[in-house]
Amino acid sequence: MNVLSIFKKELRSYFASPIAYVVLTIFALLSGYFFYSLLTFFSLNSMQAAFNPAFSQGLNASEWIVRPLLRNIAVTMLLLMPAATMRLFSEEKKSGTIELLFTYPIRDWELLLGKFLAALALYAAMLGISLLQLLMLRVFAPLEWGPILSGYLGLLLLGMAFLGLGTLASSLTENQIVAAVGAFGVLLLLWVIGWSTDAAGPTLGPILSHLSIINHYDSFAKGTIESKDVIFYLNFTILCLFLTLRSLESKRWRG
Amino acid sequence: MIEAEKLTKYYDKVAAIEDVSFTVDKGEIVGFLGPNGAGKTTTMRILTGFLPPSSGTARVAGHDILTDSLQVRRRIGYLPEAVPLYTDMKVAAYLEFVAEVKGVERRERRRSIGQIMEKCRIVDVQRVLIGSLSRGYRQRVGIAQALLKDPEVLILDEPTVGLDPQQIIEIRQLIKELSGQSTIILSTHILPEVSMVCQRVIIINDGHIIAVDTPENLTARLQSSAKLLLTVDGPVGQVEEALTRLPGVLRIEPKDEGKAGDAAVSFIVESERSRDLRREVSRLIVDKGWGLLELRPADMTLEEIFIRLVTEEHQEVRG
Repeated sequence: MNVLSIFKKELRSYFASPIAYVVLTIFALLSGYFFYSLLTFFSLNSMQAAFNPAFSQGLNASEWIVRPLLRNIAVTMLLLMPAATMRLFSEEKKSGTIELLFTYPIRDWELLLGKFLAALALYAAMLGISLLQLLMLRVFAPLEWGPILSGYLGLLLLGMAFLGLGTLASSLTENQIVAAVGAFGVLLLLWVIGWSTDAAGPTLGPILSHLSIINHYDSFAKGTIESKDVIFYLNFTILCLFLTLRSLESKRWRG
Repeated sequence: MIEAEKLTKYYDKVAAIEDVSFTVDKGEIVGFLGPNGAGKTTTMRILTGFLPPSSGTARVAGHDILTDSLQVRRRIGYLPEAVPLYTDMKVAAYLEFVAEVKGVERRERRRSIGQIMEKCRIVDVQRVLIGSLSRGYRQRVGIAQALLKDPEVLILDEPTVGLDPQQIIEIRQLIKELSGQSTIILSTHILPEVSMVCQRVIIINDGHIIAVDTPENLTARLQSSAKLLLTVDGPVGQVEEALTRLPGVLRIEPKDEGKAGDAAVSFIVESERSRDLRREVSRLIVDKGWGLLELRPADMTLEEIFIRLVTEEHQEVRG
């Protein structure tokens, strides 16, 4: 019950501040541009295929539009998720409202879950916007819904991991900029850490590849749901939330 | 209702409060009095469970603040000193949120919020963003959120600070109205406030409790002599001399308030504690043909008591 109250309050304050509007607008703008450029590129190739049938090999909307679009959305999230989570705890600390919040009969995990779910709802709204583009595409081209659904599940899990880390960063500082930049930096590092897999040798290589937060997304993009990847994202999220909980509790013994 | 036992809190190596023990009975209004930085806020934060004590503990309504924090938090209403509220929420929506997390029954909520808004006189601003409210209104919204769910214990940290005189009077009135229903601890560094509102005073300085008593008892205990404030229109030297010769007078202290060219002079006349010299003094002045402008008993103010207690303590420490 308390989770719901916190959730409502957080969601309301997202939309009372410019953050929700800015994040949603920028997302709509970027994903709209991605969609547009992928679509024109695809239609250009389709026209060439009309003259030269050799081009039509492997030319389908799912491969050429949907998959790269979702991948680009994942990159966008690298920037937007820290912006969505930075205020969750930092703002309460800065303005002092955390003092009242901590003296209300709310358990720490209820507080955390309410805030996390509010950020997740904002993220779900973004994914909803991008889904509109695919529905539009559906009018012109046949789509395979299997890979789309698995792709969106992957995006959801990836986003949860991003939000988890952002929430943790926000609980560690009262400065929203520090929370956002910190979360973005760590996420970017976790993203690019997979690049050095080949150079790192047979022992370190697989570890880096496993740590890479985007490598686990590939299977979803291809239309398969692999339990190891689902578990990776869930574990990552739970670990971040667990550490956030510890950081909130430390307020009680550190003073 | 509240039992604090040897509460101690260190920030790094500096003790904010040390061995603070006191009890507050059910229905009592107790004032926490002390200069800024004496440890009032720290003590209150510990009682509300926001800060953990370094050692010692406290019980609120029988529940330990450390092991049973949730039960304690269900029973208290707290107004922090800075009145931190969500500036991006409207008053009514904010109170609705607080009522939800405090566990006010869904059916009761509307009625209970309405009542409290009326009590705190914020009905007409309920659709206003908290961020655009004046300091006085914010304070009242702060008190309103503390009052939700009829807490058994109210902890108010400097509830009248930053308000204009009219608002101060209203808030004090409000606090008085609440006595009887709730046990109230309020902190202040304004002394008259304590004698007006509280039944008992806990004086705290440098993290130590230096006195706990009723305002009246404190005054009586520290007053070794009775004092009269006297303003006379007459020659200073002669007046002083005549007064000294009056039987029962211990000491005369001129009070430097007269402006240049003003004939009136004020004195503090100290006499033995049991003697009321007002009749003798007035007769003397009238007989001499001077003008008697003012004559009234000058009780020790809480300011003086406070300063007396603090200096006494310092002497003890040095001795």
